[in-house]
Amino acid sequence: MTTAKQSVVDTPEEGDDPSRPAAWQRLRSANTLWIGLVLLALCVVFGALRPEAFLTLFTAQTLLIEASVLLVLAVGMTFVIITAGIDLSVGSVLVFAGVVGAKTMEALSPGGDATDAGWGVIAAGLVVSLLGGGAWGLVNGLLIARARIPALIVTLGSFGAALGAAQLITDGVDVRTVPSALANTLGSGTSLGVVPNLVLLAVAVTVLGDLVLRTTRFGRHTYAIGSNAEAARRAGIAVTRHLVLVYLLVGLLAGLAGFMSLAYFRTTTISGHSTDNLNAIAAVVLGGTSLFGGLGSVLGTVIGVFIPAVLTKGFVILHVQAFWQPIAVSVVLVAAVWFDQVRRRARNRS
Amino acid sequence: MSGTPPLLAARALTKHYGTVEALRGASFEARAGEVVALVGDNGAGKSALVKCLSGVETPDAGEIVFDGAPVRFTSPTDARAMGIETVYQDLAVAPDLDPAANLFLGRELRKPGLLGRLGVLDKAEMRRRATREFARLGVRLPSVDVPIGALSGGQRQSVAVARSVVWASRVVFMDEPTAALGVVQRQRVLDVIRRVRDEGIAVVLISHNMPEVLAVADRVEVLRLGQRVARFQAADTTVEQLVGAMTGALTQEDAA
Ligand SMILES: Nc1ncnc2c1ncn2[C@@H]1O[C@H](COP(=O)(O)OP(=O)(O)OP(=O)(O)O)[C@@H](O)[C@H]1O
Ligand SMILES: [Mg+2]
Repeated sequence: MTTAKQSVVDTPEEGDDPSRPAAWQRLRSANTLWIGLVLLALCVVFGALRPEAFLTLFTAQTLLIEASVLLVLAVGMTFVIITAGIDLSVGSVLVFAGVVGAKTMEALSPGGDATDAGWGVIAAGLVVSLLGGGAWGLVNGLLIARARIPALIVTLGSFGAALGAAQLITDGVDVRTVPSALANTLGSGTSLGVVPNLVLLAVAVTVLGDLVLRTTRFGRHTYAIGSNAEAARRAGIAVTRHLVLVYLLVGLLAGLAGFMSLAYFRTTTISGHSTDNLNAIAAVVLGGTSLFGGLGSVLGTVIGVFIPAVLTKGFVILHVQAFWQPIAVSVVLVAAVWFDQVRRRARNRS
Repeated sequence: MSGTPPLLAARALTKHYGTVEALRGASFEARAGEVVALVGDNGAGKSALVKCLSGVETPDAGEIVFDGAPVRFTSPTDARAMGIETVYQDLAVAPDLDPAANLFLGRELRKPGLLGRLGVLDKAEMRRRATREFARLGVRLPSVDVPIGALSGGQRQSVAVARSVVWASRVVFMDEPTAALGVVQRQRVLDVIRRVRDEGIAVVLISHNMPEVLAVADRVEVLRLGQRVARFQAADTTVEQLVGAMTGALTQEDAA
């Protein structure tokens, strides 16, 4: 064939770095951009209305701290939703992981009171929390990917089962002896003077999650499976194994979130996480990740986590009734999904 | 040419989908350096046969022989490992990924060194190579950066064809690779098919366009109701004969 010398592909202009994200990529993340602007606008509005209350270090710190646990859940949820899956169990798994971690630390402490426990005991508690979360993730993944039961049903089941198991273990009474060493460092400690440690951990998880999703083969396969699972299978990607790993990952992150929550609240907060799953899903979807799979980003999820958080803070500061917050979030959420639909329909015209 | 032993052969394959018998003892042969066309009416079992021979489906009974030895493909990866590539009728591309990502799907290049061992992709290198391969194969794309779902049907098909040709070393199956193509692109794909054949690869072309089949194929095998009913040398065959075999008006005793 003689076409080789002709320019048959519109090649990048001379000197253009081929790895540089091109204009389309910016266009593609237009949804993320739009939702980012919403977040910015919210901050500006609240900041302008009550600068002395909103634009303070304290507000920023509490806003970030309160978002940290949800952010860790939402990073895992981003992976799951990009594979066109869903995980309704994260809040219950968080509670379960917190409970088994706390119970382990109590069991390892004299008299069953973990308040004065040392770092060895705390490390054991962390490991058990991660194992507890990971185990639920593994069960979810195997039932979804191997037994091919719809993710919605499987994780609805573990949503109930993990919480039930946590209540069985504790008789429904929150564990109240959390090591002070843990609570004072991870829970309420700060680094560099102002940055809460809890936030640092959440940022580390987020940055790592973003790197894995954007730059690695694992991330690429996550997108491919969500985009067309059968094509991924025919391309030699181990789809079943990958899906199990993704649900395992979200379980592990829920376990970590459970441990973080334990450190922050100094108790297991068994009844406080019934809507964590929906909050995490809302954050991911707000951030431009498509429920149909194949599309999304951790950066978008970060923005999606902070929109409800900023709304809550702003409403409190402006003395707007807190009941308005879920209404406002729902409106933005439905608008975001609608945008996604319209964009998909426009794209898949052929 | 029919003197050389087949590179890939199916012997009396059967395949059920529920109660539907897609293949009822179908045989098929492909030789290195030869374009063999697989034709038949809608529902004759062509795609089912290709899926069995490329590891996507496992036949219920029958034998697959590759390079003289019986083989069992338990997954597409098995077939790909032997240099067998496929353009599926439904294309099997990931619409949200760009053409380069689709070209390297399942075979992603990783960065050298530690980063690569951590699984970090070499996106720049994949993009560079993809651009070069598309240029070499005459695939015209508005941009190598758009998700493939935003391309036209023909452009998507061209990418799928390019992907199979780039990776194949022994056999390429093309299940209606020109169905959505315009005149120019169709000609390009036929040129690519000939060139791949000349490299010594066995090309299996499925098409409903009989003049196209006779123009590019060396041999033609006809499938009807899940069985091979006729074999022809393309050079001395007419469209009427092919249509006769496809509809059952003409049968060959020794074909099955
Ligand atoms: N996944 C499936 N489930 C059920 N039946 C199937 C499936 N795939 C194929 N079949 C049936 O098997 C038979 C052969 O189908 P196949 O796709 O191989 O035909 P084909 O020769 O490729 O036809 P076409 O020219 O229309 O592509 C048809 O009757 C079809 O309905
Ligand atoms: Mg077919």
